[in-house]
Amino acid sequence: MAKTESTLKNMFLTLFVTSLVSATALGFVYEATKEPIAKAKQANKISAFKKVLPEFDNDPLAEQITITTAEGDVILYPASNKGIPVAAAVETFSKKGFGGNIKLMVGVLPDGRINGIDVLEHKETPGLGDKIDSAKTSFSQQFLNKDLTTYNLAVRKDGGDVDAITAATISSRAFCDAIKKAYDAYLKNEGAQQ
Amino acid sequence: MEYLMIIVAGIFVNNIVLNQFLGICPFLGVSNKLENAIGMSAAVVFVMTLSTTATYLVNKYVLVTNNLSFMQTIVYILVIAALVQVVEIILKKTSPALYQALGVYLPLITTNCAILAVAILVVQKNFNLMQSVVFAIATSLGFSFALIVFSGIREQLDLVNIPKAMKGVPLSLLTAGLLSLAFMGFSGMVK
Amino acid sequence: MNKALINNLTKGILKENPTFVIILGMCPTLGVTTLAANGIGMGLATTFVLILSNAFIALLKDLIPDKVRIPAYIVIIATFVTIVDLVMAAYFPALYTQLGIFIPLIVVNCIILGRAEAYAAKNNVFDSIIDGISMGLGVTLALTLIGGIREILGAGSIFGHKFINSDAILIFILPPGAFIVLAYVIAIVNKINKAVYKG
Repeated sequence: MAKTESTLKNMFLTLFVTSLVSATALGFVYEATKEPIAKAKQANKISAFKKVLPEFDNDPLAEQITITTAEGDVILYPASNKGIPVAAAVETFSKKGFGGNIKLMVGVLPDGRINGIDVLEHKETPGLGDKIDSAKTSFSQQFLNKDLTTYNLAVRKDGGDVDAITAATISSRAFCDAIKKAYDAYLKNEGAQQ
Repeated sequence: MEYLMIIVAGIFVNNIVLNQFLGICPFLGVSNKLENAIGMSAAVVFVMTLSTTATYLVNKYVLVTNNLSFMQTIVYILVIAALVQVVEIILKKTSPALYQALGVYLPLITTNCAILAVAILVVQKNFNLMQSVVFAIATSLGFSFALIVFSGIREQLDLVNIPKAMKGVPLSLLTAGLLSLAFMGFSGMVK
Repeated sequence: MNKALINNLTKGILKENPTFVIILGMCPTLGVTTLAANGIGMGLATTFVLILSNAFIALLKDLIPDKVRIPAYIVIIATFVTIVDLVMAAYFPALYTQLGIFIPLIVVNCIILGRAEAYAAKNNVFDSIIDGISMGLGVTLALTLIGGIREILGAGSIFGHKFINSDAILIFILPPGAFIVLAYVIAIVNKINKAVYKG
């Protein structure tokens, strides 16, 4: 096969055809992976629900409520068992992390206690700030069962009740900040319903 | 205040080369002489600011509105490549002096991953146009700062007697490692 | 198998290792290698793109006019990168989050465009695929090695299995550690290559 010459027509045609074929191919792959991607994202949330909520039988994803705050959206997933509300999973975040945003799922019980916390996403320093993850250390355990109506959500250095991670005060503060946002959103939603 | 934070974070705290590992190729490639480093830096500041603005607009008004976000990578790299070409042609025609200074560095920039990375990062960070432009300028200044400091050190290192296997790239990387260690001192500054 | 083929298949491992010898694609080498598993993931993603882009470029090289070959190559490469990106997001979400921005950045990984220009544009489809496999293998080995060293020294674990209980030498999973480990590995590979290939 002879080499195609670099005439304007040939160059234009080649690039046009290449782009067209590639765009079509990508369109197909996109359609094919759209559902699995959405499912993978849901699976992530559902596994977090199981960690932070008490027993529930509804589909919290279907009932989600978005609460807009000044810094971004906090999403509430109400959970109920046999029609009775048992808790809400709150997808919350903090922009004050050491390495960027921290995303948490916090389970809040109707009486204001924390049922469980799962770290969804973080970019904290390995070996220091990443200890917020319950898989690494027991840092997040100290929040369990704490009553948010009275618990002072700040590290001891700032006069609060939280034992910060050694050498990772900023990550610890951001963790508190995210939980506080979750509880504020929870209260706001309660207020709206009454 | 918000912009100040983006600027300090971009130049020092999250330095794109020493902390995010982007744009390593030109960092190692053109850092042998201070003069080259300055030329490359100027070209990167210029192109990164322009390309981030262009890709931001393309993303907002073409990709997102038509639900084509999955085409982001391919569209961005083409926009960047085209932009570099156009800049080269315009510079050649209008400002021969500037072209002479930046000309050789322009083709290299298309494959500088820092350019594409910043274009993608502003989307991930949900920046608006003004924030994106400030972020691009700060990041490219951070790149320049690291590159110029690094090339200054490398010029001195040429004269040092070291084991043969360490000569060249390994020594450069080791130097970059120490520089990166120094930059870690900035971490936590912006919070 | 003949000797030329075996040579072509194994050159990427040591002699022409794209990471350690040709010194290309440094960004992912430094950026994602905090864990050995990340190294493998990134290596395999790069390999996939390398093999397919090499194959398609070798196939289409005569159809593409010289003057527009680079943009055409970039479109082909970017297509495969986007495919990898979508497939990983769908089926390996955990790894996808870990590798983050470095997946779309495979587009500008100089190894891929480098092999397209230096090899696929001059050789037939079969040889180009072998070249892709060989180079991909080299990248994967290199990234896994760096990731492994950093994980052992920095986190005290290997492939996620922790073998010491306290904190390890943190610096190795922080950015400076990446530069330092890579520097020494390249120096050692230089030394080995000199001994093996110069006699």
